Amino acid sequence: MNPRTSPEVSGMGHAMKRKEDPRFIRGQGHYVDDIQLPGMLHLGIVRSPFAHAKIKSIKTEKAMKVPGVVAVITGETLAQYNLHWMPTLMSDTQMVLPTEKVMYQAQEVAAVVASDRYAAADGVDAVEVDYEPLPVVVDPFKALEPGAPVLRTDKKDKKDNRIFHWEAGDRRAVDQEFKQADVVVKQDLYIPRIHVASIETCGCVADFDRAMGKLTVYMTTQAPHAIRTVFALVAGHVGLSEEKIRIVSPDIGGGFGGKVPVYPGYVIAVAASVVIGRPVKWVEDRSENLQADSFARDYHVSAELAAKKDGTMTALRIKTIADHGYTDAAANPSKFPAGLFSICTGSYPFRQAFAEVDGVYTNKPPGGIAYRCSFRVTEAVYTIERMVDILAHQIGVDPAQLRLKNFIRPEQFPYKSALGWEYDSGNYGLALEKAMAGIDYAGLRKEQAEKRKRGELMGIGISSFTEIVGAGPSKQFDILGIKMFDSCELRVHPTGKALVRFGTKSQGQGHETTFAQIIAEELGIPAAHVQVEEGDTDTAPYGLGTYASRSTPTAGAAGAMAARRVRDKAKKIAAYLLEVGEEDLVWEPGKFSVKGAPQRAKTIQEIAFAAYTNHPPGVEAGLEAIDYYDPPNLTFPFGSYICVVDIDRGTGEVKIRRFLAIDDCGNVINPMIVEGQVHGGLTMGMAPALLEEISYDEDGNIQGGSFMDYLLPTAMETPRWETDRTVTPSPHHPLGAKGVGESATVGAPPAIANAVVDALWHLGVRHVDIPITPEKVWKLLREHGAAAG
Amino acid sequence: MIPASFDYQAPKTLDEAVALLAQRRNEAKVLSGGQSLLPLLKLRLGQAALLVDIGRIPGLEYVKEEGGFLRIGGRTRESVLERSEIVRSRYPILADTTAVIADPLVRNLATVGGNLAHADPANDHPATMLALGARLLARGPKGEREIAIDDFFKGLFATALEPEEILTEIRIPLPPPKSGGAYLKLERKVGDYATAAAAVQITLGKKGEVMRAGVALTAAGPTPVRAREAERYLEGRMVDAAAASEAARLAAGAARPTADRRGSVEYKREMARVLVARALAKAAQRAEGR
Amino acid sequence: MAQHQIRVNVNGTPREVQVESRLLLVHLIREVWRLTGTHVGCDTTHCGACTVLLDGEPVKSCTVLAVQADGRELATVEGLEKDGKLHPVQEGFWEMHGLQCGYCTPGMMMTGYALLQRNRKPSEAQIRQAISGNLCRCTGYVNIVKSIQYAADKLR
Repeated sequence: MNPRTSPEVSGMGHAMKRKEDPRFIRGQGHYVDDIQLPGMLHLGIVRSPFAHAKIKSIKTEKAMKVPGVVAVITGETLAQYNLHWMPTLMSDTQMVLPTEKVMYQAQEVAAVVASDRYAAADGVDAVEVDYEPLPVVVDPFKALEPGAPVLRTDKKDKKDNRIFHWEAGDRRAVDQEFKQADVVVKQDLYIPRIHVASIETCGCVADFDRAMGKLTVYMTTQAPHAIRTVFALVAGHVGLSEEKIRIVSPDIGGGFGGKVPVYPGYVIAVAASVVIGRPVKWVEDRSENLQADSFARDYHVSAELAAKKDGTMTALRIKTIADHGYTDAAANPSKFPAGLFSICTGSYPFRQAFAEVDGVYTNKPPGGIAYRCSFRVTEAVYTIERMVDILAHQIGVDPAQLRLKNFIRPEQFPYKSALGWEYDSGNYGLALEKAMAGIDYAGLRKEQAEKRKRGELMGIGISSFTEIVGAGPSKQFDILGIKMFDSCELRVHPTGKALVRFGTKSQGQGHETTFAQIIAEELGIPAAHVQVEEGDTDTAPYGLGTYASRSTPTAGAAGAMAARRVRDKAKKIAAYLLEVGEEDLVWEPGKFSVKGAPQRAKTIQEIAFAAYTNHPPGVEAGLEAIDYYDPPNLTFPFGSYICVVDIDRGTGEVKIRRFLAIDDCGNVINPMIVEGQVHGGLTMGMAPALLEEISYDEDGNIQGGSFMDYLLPTAMETPRWETDRTVTPSPHHPLGAKGVGESATVGAPPAIANAVVDALWHLGVRHVDIPITPEKVWKLLREHGAAAG
Repeated sequence: MIPASFDYQAPKTLDEAVALLAQRRNEAKVLSGGQSLLPLLKLRLGQAALLVDIGRIPGLEYVKEEGGFLRIGGRTRESVLERSEIVRSRYPILADTTAVIADPLVRNLATVGGNLAHADPANDHPATMLALGARLLARGPKGEREIAIDDFFKGLFATALEPEEILTEIRIPLPPPKSGGAYLKLERKVGDYATAAAAVQITLGKKGEVMRAGVALTAAGPTPVRAREAERYLEGRMVDAAAASEAARLAAGAARPTADRRGSVEYKREMARVLVARALAKAAQRAEGR
Repeated sequence: MAQHQIRVNVNGTPREVQVESRLLLVHLIREVWRLTGTHVGCDTTHCGACTVLLDGEPVKSCTVLAVQADGRELATVEGLEKDGKLHPVQEGFWEMHGLQCGYCTPGMMMTGYALLQRNRKPSEAQIRQAISGNLCRCTGYVNIVKSIQYAADKLR
């Protein structure tokens, strides 16, 4: 796609070097832990070693005697202000600090405020808590059994551990399809709990200015406005008022969804600052981050797929048990407790589908969607792409051919799925064929056949995913009632430079560059002259933040719309300056000229200057606009990934030999940044497929609570990703763009899992749960008589 | 993340260091590279009232062949070992071993002596030193003594070193001609401890038969495991596929791994077998000069 | 709680300070000297976000005591730029999109810088090996390798 603008202007399509990099490469990034304010204190948190226990007593005398310790806060302290419990983003409730019992290992129990972090650590060590362990429930199936201990004793009439039941589709019609099906494929799939583990952990500096009555919180948050409103609602009764709350998201070292929830540490720090009247910093350790912060996945899926004997897929039926931990603190849009799981029909035109999800309480940290998953889309895509592959192998059809045969056709778009989504655009066959050509699929199948004769194990796995992002249209989407529009406020200065602010918040996605490129595209002002700001709720227009790949679809659209409004006004000014009617003007990026007399023109810079020095009578001075964009629909990025693996028959190790990713995110703003997003997403898709898992023993002790056992891939485990693209614009987005941040995390795991099973299918293996560890593979090889020395 | 308080001293001589350790017996710890000790202190899993930093004592870091031995100073950093020409060309088993310890950054500080003295059975040098038949030099208040590697590892995190002793040198007998060795480590990712690892050092005779074999396992018990049955089996034999297979089987029989997230007992034992076979093949290749 | 007077040469400038025995080098750098370019990312010596050069060798400053740096040369990311001119490693990361959130970047650059001092033409495999003690969650490492290759080319 050839860019419309010159490299100097650098609108859409240019691989512009990032505008935010100069500070980062100098080590001048401004992250929360870099902030030091006069008089600042440090917060350390005492955490429970037990997964479920009554708190019999908390003794703070020793801690108070530790030099530097200023205060110890307990649930009783907060209860005085009714702040010991607070709502979650899913309208459940969570403890800030407990007064009766703890419900997961590493839960916050008390907090120590001290002069520096060393004293705080010593203070934490000196707090004495006496616990009485209670029976622990870690298995969600056991949690649902009659007679299981009811965990949420704080909920007056609760008699079980169910959270919600959600379903989509026509159950009866689906059952009918299955009765008539030639082929039925069934598979249980467990998608384990994982943790996003961005390299920067979570934290804040809460600064309550008593004289002004104003609270400022510098916070690792992906959604600063939502946080501000939540604080105002939750702590309004203790005097915090929304016009005097300022949330500042500075530079964030990776979010990926893990920095959306409101963690107790934030609230405690705020309470401490309000009560003590000094700034309070809380920054968690990595172990705290892994053991207590919002997790992702933990879906126990039972899937069934119905098909005709020629491989035409007809129906899909899925039942899922969702382990949410002790409270539902996922950050889904409120009407979607299972997120957008209903995208599980994927890239295929199922006549009928039915999906149900039952959420369950267990003695584990709360959460559910914090890991680059687009609101449960990783789970949905993993399920459908595994099932399609199992079907292909079961009936003996090549997995690529089966997909090509079944795909929704380009002419069927906009396509209404059996579960109610209207996919905006897609060309699935093109992407898959491009991937197959790029990796020489036919050659690989030949090689595999030859290797198989020699007993060598090689596998090829495909994933042809459809993503669903850009939440979302106000008729369906809200978080705690706040609609999921997003916003842009654009102001052009007299010298033709622009300042633009958004309601989103980049944590590495490059908005300071890509959003500047959007403005450059629409107005012809060089992107280098467009200053992008996000994250300060005192100045940025209201938005719902950055997660679930929503920024380009919503805020990016708002940027385009605001710029067009500015252009409309610029046209009026140009017409006035050129003394022609608006209908006589022609626009090209950066200037209006007179039809038929192109030498008579005004540049956007000249127009901007005139907006302040010579604006038309009857028109206000200035050149700015604000847009709140309510998207008419979600957008549906898609792609096809092909993964080639080789398996060591002695050790069971899986090595990714090649991985080619073809992504389609519609029109591309900055191809370099898009490619970077894909590289990172692929790595975060590989990690759960092969390495990452958080699990609990029967006492609720976490396994994988530090980087010793929670395994992040290094540059050695990560292959050299190969990427390419197709471009199928979104018909409803002002820029035709779709968003791409999470596509690769969504698409990669099934490609890898499919490759491993493909390598082992001829031995009788049909499924391996992720993470596919060497031991799992080795066990299967042994069971099927194929292990070797 | 923050250790509890402790005192710190950085003596300039070995005698001073030893005297400090003797003075504060049982509450003082030697700080060498610190890449095992400091992580423990930061998690408040280990305790020390005094750290005695031996990093300012000159003359403790060297790699040289002298008097019939390869002599490695106790405070030699892994990165120095990794880059040593002597080690790369004549002690490939050591080159293999040092290259898989932790990661390159940790290796710029971690020391060979520390790796041995810390006695985590998952540390990599112990098995290799067993296979090489190394001897260790310890300096204490009563002077210097030599400890045979077979007598060094006493139990989980326990060695023959007295609390007031410092490991000053590792001595490896110069390998005779037609010697070769290999260390193979199965790890979940770079930087991890071994799921299983095997050290094999062999010397071949004129006909290519094994004259001497050292076979040892990492992460296969509370201490590094010397697979003596496998060693005895190999003596006098040619290293062909059948012999390698049997030696590996015997070695795995000596393994007593514990189950953890890296693997079940059965898997780890099996991997010990697979790795010994592969390491033996590689050692034989290197012994033949291939 | 013993206090120690130490002198460290930081990015070419000698600094003298009094520290507690247990003060970690990364905290001396960040909290006392306010050089916040070096970051903390974990508590088990895995992530490498805290990488600095001690006597020219890249080390994890979270696992070094401040007192151990006494009398030694310390180089942090702030010292890469000289007289307003970016070091080729910094240029490389900018040109080749070697960073996204920027949090692991100082550590990566210091490791890259040290690698290039020792190996002027590293292969991709050697680069990946050299940075295997530095974790990144954003980039998938591909462009980090390219950034260091760019710097190697520039330096030659």
